[in-house]
Amino acid sequence: MAQNALEIKDVSMKFNLSKEKVDSLKEYVIKFLKRELKYNEFWALQNVSFNVKKGDRVGVLGLNGAGKSTLLKVIAGVFKPTMGEVVRHGKIVPLLELGAGFDSQYTGRENIYLYGSVLGYSKEFVKERFDEIVEFAELEEFIDVPIKNYSSGMKSRLGFSIATLIEPDILILDEVLSVGDAKFKKKSEKKIMGMFDSGVTVLFVSHSIAQVKRLCNKAIILDHGKLIAQGDIEDVAPIYIKMTE
Amino acid sequence: MTKYLKGFARYRFLLRELVKKGIKLKYRRSYLGIIWTLLEPLLTMMVLTLVFSTFYGRDDRSFPVYVLTGRLLYSFFSQGTKSAMKSIRGHAGMIKKVYVPKYIYPLSCVIYNFIIFLLSLIVLVAVSLFLGVYPNLWTLTAIIPLFTLFFLTLGVGMVLSTLAVFFRDLEYLWDVGLMLIMYTCAIFYNAERLVKTGTAWVFKINPLYACIKTFRDAVYGDSMFVEPYWVYMPLIVAGATCVIGFLFFKKFQDRFILHI
Repeated sequence: MAQNALEIKDVSMKFNLSKEKVDSLKEYVIKFLKRELKYNEFWALQNVSFNVKKGDRVGVLGLNGAGKSTLLKVIAGVFKPTMGEVVRHGKIVPLLELGAGFDSQYTGRENIYLYGSVLGYSKEFVKERFDEIVEFAELEEFIDVPIKNYSSGMKSRLGFSIATLIEPDILILDEVLSVGDAKFKKKSEKKIMGMFDSGVTVLFVSHSIAQVKRLCNKAIILDHGKLIAQGDIEDVAPIYIKMTE
Repeated sequence: MTKYLKGFARYRFLLRELVKKGIKLKYRRSYLGIIWTLLEPLLTMMVLTLVFSTFYGRDDRSFPVYVLTGRLLYSFFSQGTKSAMKSIRGHAGMIKKVYVPKYIYPLSCVIYNFIIFLLSLIVLVAVSLFLGVYPNLWTLTAIIPLFTLFFLTLGVGMVLSTLAVFFRDLEYLWDVGLMLIMYTCAIFYNAERLVKTGTAWVFKINPLYACIKTFRDAVYGDSMFVEPYWVYMPLIVAGATCVIGFLFFKKFQDRFILHI
């Protein structure tokens, strides 16, 4: 019996969608006095529970607005669920919006250390892998150039290299298997496949059922915030295909 | 509590990186770089001395030291609270992406401003020696107001950083607030004179003024414990603001993500 890497226990997430955005004090006071502070409640996730075993590669399927990204953000710890809890065993590295945590005035070198520490690694740990990261990102010449002068491809290459070369236990992939040019794409896919083989736990969001079938052994389907199916990919895939027809 | 300490230990590298980043980026792309830390207070001191000793006809040789102490402490408070206030929005990119204990952002801002402030004290030492204000044993007690000031700034910064997420206007309002605080801190005038006119309460309730006053006592080599009120009042206020600041921050931090 393999150990659980993630336990998602009865997670619900509610958003208050205010009809207009109130972000100044004046507006807030006026609206408050007039009792116009009304919100539309919106449940992005409702009572979602499932476990992910160590080494499982779980595809997260669902139509647009089904709550996939919200679920991943709850698992990554960015959102705190309104109800329920997430238990994590191991280090999570989210590959969402690569490079969004970079500081544009900082050089590539400095950003590697900054980003490494954001992910919770020590300086020594990053230092050991520094050369490997730079080499993988193919940025040797530009490593002391501020990130603001990087192209978007260079940025995501760097983000990808940092996030994958420090060997997370749990990897969250939000359709990022398309980094950089064709050559780097191939390389990054190979890298990810290599990580898959080494037994990393993966959560993978994609709209492409073919890709999910190729990469994952388990899958879950979300629909309007509810978990409607979970299990082995062979069992779940037909349900999803039926949904999308 | 142990959970928090564990989290803190895990993210101390991040704290260090963020502090380093603050210091590094502050003067990047300026020709004189970190030297500005020393030059800026020195130049302001000259201006203030020129204005207030020439125009107001005061001829106290050590007046620049008086101005400089007030000005340095005030400017740390002002920079520290301002950058803490903007820290959550400034790190929105990271907050939206990875989980990190959020108090680390305002905390790192206050720490890096404190380090810059400590560096700028070199100017004070130089100017004091130059003008014949020599240290003695009492000077060591300067550490008390500095300690107090750090926690006062941190507490206020935590409250402001929380509020600023929900109300952007605060960034402008706080500038006005800071101006008010500056004029009630006796940076370039003598508070004792005003006290006689019956406005003593303004200073009595101002913890920042109390820090400046006791720090000055120390720099001039006098005892700050003649009236212990000025030592303990800001210490208590700083402690209270810190507790309130952290509780307030903790209560609202889960909602930050929805507003940035």
